Amino acid sequence: MFEKITRSAVTTRNREALPLARRTVLSGAAALLLAAVGNRSAHAQSGPAHPAAAAALDPLPRLPTPQFNAAFAKVVGDGTPIEGQMTLDLPEDAENGNIVPYRIAVESPMTEADHVMRLHLFSTQNPQAAVATFHFTPLSGKAAVSGRMRLAKTQEVVAVALTSANTLLIARTSVNVGIGGCGTE
Amino acid sequence: MAASKPRVRLPEQAQAGEIIEIKALITHVMETGNRKDSEGKPIPRNIIHTFTAHYDDVLFFKAELGSGISANPYLSFFLKVPGPGELRVTWLDDDGGETIERYPLNVL
Repeated sequence: MFEKITRSAVTTRNREALPLARRTVLSGAAALLLAAVGNRSAHAQSGPAHPAAAAALDPLPRLPTPQFNAAFAKVVGDGTPIEGQMTLDLPEDAENGNIVPYRIAVESPMTEADHVMRLHLFSTQNPQAAVATFHFTPLSGKAAVSGRMRLAKTQEVVAVALTSANTLLIARTSVNVGIGGCGTE
Repeated sequence: MAASKPRVRLPEQAQAGEIIEIKALITHVMETGNRKDSEGKPIPRNIIHTFTAHYDDVLFFKAELGSGISANPYLSFFLKVPGPGELRVTWLDDDGGETIERYPLNVL
């Protein structure tokens, strides 16, 4: 129910004009949300011109689960993962959270000296944070994999890669989920 | 383990040194262990937890899968063809089920 209200608030934000009569019909909770959304876009407009900086002002919809934090910390340790060398593709909107296609590709020469060894796929909101771990060798030729995953709810999906040269790489993508997968609810 | 034979797609032929895409699909419930049956008892987890791909007995791709992978798991991955040989793919599940398939690769 709460999900639905959020969604309708977001949809109305995207429409230019909203008839006053319709607005009064909205429940108090939805109106509050609408106000919050309005504030946020005002923020973005008055904030720095740089789009990335403006996006950083947008808070994540939900905090990652403690399980994600633990699993992520175990892989990353005290290293600093680099962004930009890996792509993590998922649909922006997933109607059915039971089957969400993902595609991960890392830029790597895949030589004996420098290749991707491990690639972790994490969910920040699923009951189990570690979705998959992929292992590659130079014989793989390409550090790329695709498949289908479950998403319990709207969330950010995170991929972390570790190369043989001890470099950590990271990529993140947010997905809006319609009907959640994982069979918890 | 699998009700039907897994489907694996690889090129009919390849050249040595070429990077080819391999697609593998298997029928499996991938029961998460989070669900309960009609009597409220938890349904035990049963997923394919490991998938491996060997070329001429050399491991070149391995996937450790969690319950966040969809039912009937599908994977696409790559191989840099060293020469003529045989692809061997293996799926292992929580019930101890093991499915092994072999495919020869024609190399020009």
